[in-house]
Amino acid sequence: MAQDWKSYEPLLIPDIPNLQEIDVYEDNDGYKAWKKVLSDQNKWSRNNVINEVKAANIRGRGGAGFNAGLKWSFMPEPDGGPRYLACNGDESEPGTFKDRKIFEYNPHLFIEGALIAGYAMKVDVIYVYIRGEYISWVHQLQKAVDDAYEKGYLGENILGTDVSMEMELTYGAGAYICGEETAMLESLEGKRGYPRTKPPFPAQKGLWNRPTTINNIETLANVPLIINNGADWYGNIGSEEHPGPILYGISGHVNRPGVYEYPSGVPVLDLINEVAGGIRGGKELKAIIPGGSSTPPLRADQLEGVTMNSDSLKDAGSMMGTAGMVVMDEDTDMVEVLWRIAHFYKHESCGQCTPCREGTGWLEKVLIKIKNGEGEMKDLDLLLDVGNQMEGRTICALADAAVWPVRHTINRFRDEFEARCKKSAHAVA
Amino acid sequence: MAELSFTEEELQEIERIKAKFPTVKAATLRVLWVAQNKYGHVEPEVQSLVAETLDLPKSHVAGVASFYTQYYKEKKGKFVLDVCTCLSCQLCGGYDILHHLEEKLDIEAGETTDDGLFTVNEVECLGACGYAPMLQLTNDVYVNNLTKEKVDTLIENL
Ligand SMILES: NC(=O)C1=CN([C@@H]2O[C@H](COP(=O)(O)OP(=O)(O)OC[C@H]3O[C@@H](n4cnc5c(N)ncnc54)[C@H](O)[C@@H]3O)[C@@H](O)[C@H]2O)C=CC1
Ligand SMILES: Cc1cc2nc3c(=O)[nH]c(=O)nc-3n(C[C@H](O)[C@H](O)[C@H](O)COP(=O)(O)O)c2cc1C
Ligand code: SF4
Ligand code: FES
Repeated sequence: MAQDWKSYEPLLIPDIPNLQEIDVYEDNDGYKAWKKVLSDQNKWSRNNVINEVKAANIRGRGGAGFNAGLKWSFMPEPDGGPRYLACNGDESEPGTFKDRKIFEYNPHLFIEGALIAGYAMKVDVIYVYIRGEYISWVHQLQKAVDDAYEKGYLGENILGTDVSMEMELTYGAGAYICGEETAMLESLEGKRGYPRTKPPFPAQKGLWNRPTTINNIETLANVPLIINNGADWYGNIGSEEHPGPILYGISGHVNRPGVYEYPSGVPVLDLINEVAGGIRGGKELKAIIPGGSSTPPLRADQLEGVTMNSDSLKDAGSMMGTAGMVVMDEDTDMVEVLWRIAHFYKHESCGQCTPCREGTGWLEKVLIKIKNGEGEMKDLDLLLDVGNQMEGRTICALADAAVWPVRHTINRFRDEFEARCKKSAHAVA
Repeated sequence: MAELSFTEEELQEIERIKAKFPTVKAATLRVLWVAQNKYGHVEPEVQSLVAETLDLPKSHVAGVASFYTQYYKEKKGKFVLDVCTCLSCQLCGGYDILHHLEEKLDIEAGETTDDGLFTVNEVECLGACGYAPMLQLTNDVYVNNLTKEKVDTLIENL
């Protein structure tokens, strides 16, 4: 793969004017995959759709990278009661701003993908949950959904078949935790967003205790591509272990921040230097956070040959996450950055689990001390200790997400943290 | 204060919201939004109105209102400036923007100006990291790629 990303033509957000309008979308093969499935339900039985998506090996774009088709296959056999698909448009992981591009530029691709997913899992209602701050985009998406109803792609007896499905949009009101899938279900049920213990997984007990699958918006937008072109074609885009197009969000100290679509597996340094136009002000690169605030930072000297795919990033000591890359130049103060990340997780902890509620508070408190020049060397070990006591002991992954950046930022930039501690009066005293 | 109530039109909207979900409870967040859009906040008496309208316990509505940051549990300024200082915005000068606003309006983050016009808040990532630094205006419009000059113009134009 390596170099051929340069000749790649975007598929998720192609450069077609007014593609958000249903007529334009239809003129560009829009709803073709949905019609294909509906018009030959023998060939495209529910199982065959699931198997095709499973074979394409598309991995969840919400950050955890779970095989989407495999997840769909966990839905139990229909028992006559309601079944749901819940689409995750909560997008709140710092550094992540990609799903919004789909709402803006290609909402029907997402709707079409959600319909195919809904068909494959035999759901009755598709809920789309969008973060409350994205209210303008909620309205834009609602327009697209209304148009899809009008054209008969959605609703009762879709395109004259016996398939019926509804799609309802709703939105939150400011709470990062509602992006965690079970917290999102609680919020959809009209409650506070407290994550639920898994298992049972949502496929067993989801919305109103009925079978439910949760997928990210970008994940679902890939589905029509797979149905139109086949699993083999899809599997050949980008890197084998994490194939397909990726919406890379690039922010921080680059000349051209933004969301860019390329295959998975683009070299990290190409993304920074070529796609995003290099570091602002001609400065040197210091570090990146590859996929949202929870993914461990990598120093510039760790990036040679690293590509944006799960295996390569894992070998380098980080994760793919949401592919929202945050770029930091040579003048960046890593103590300040880590404190701000810790502050975020403290603010967003829902408080249900003691290790998370207390732990995120401790992490922030100690980092404030260090940042203010009052830290002692032993505080660095205290931070790592607190982290070890939080990890893996909580209901949801927010606590882990708070720990990883602390652990790896301290380990990878230890000099900087030590220098800040040594300067403190406490250390001298 | 006069007895609070929803208009006929608002009640119709509430019915439409209720129809989206199999339970009435599920409408809580959305009806709190209807109420906040009407009254500008969801203080306790507004929460009571929502609870009565949906026939749900007041404690449930209060619990939900308190959990989500976008609901104003107390009166705010006419214009609420939610300045993002999270990761990418921090790197791109989000704190300079926040402090500039604090100085200009002579308030601290979280406060409202005496004339009741402006509230300034420091908020977490708004999903606009590529347009950092940025702010959201009263739960609605995103103002991107801020500079001090842009902030000054914004305040003058409001
Ligand atoms: N997009 C965004 O704004 C954000 C994304 N994240 C990402 O979220 C990730 C963590 O998400 P989680 O949902 O906690 O990860 P997870 O690994 O627990 O689950 C991933 C998905 O696979 C399903 N799953 C996993 N094991 C299963 C099993 N045995 N049976 C049935 N289903 C199973 C889960 O239900 C879920 O849908 C982090 O890695 C982070 O990158 C975190 C914060 C915000
Ligand atoms: C604290 C927390 C916040 C999350 N926020 C989001 C989010 O905003 N959007 C999202 O798609 N997934 C988010 N996730 C991941 C979801 O729990 C879930 O894995 C994902 O929506 C599944 O979709 P996918 O398999 O298509 O990626 C979050 C996870 C955690 C632990
Ligand atoms: S880990 Fe933290 S955010 Fe997740 S449920 Fe527990 S307290 Fe809440
Ligand atoms: S960090 Fe400010 S919008 Fe994401």
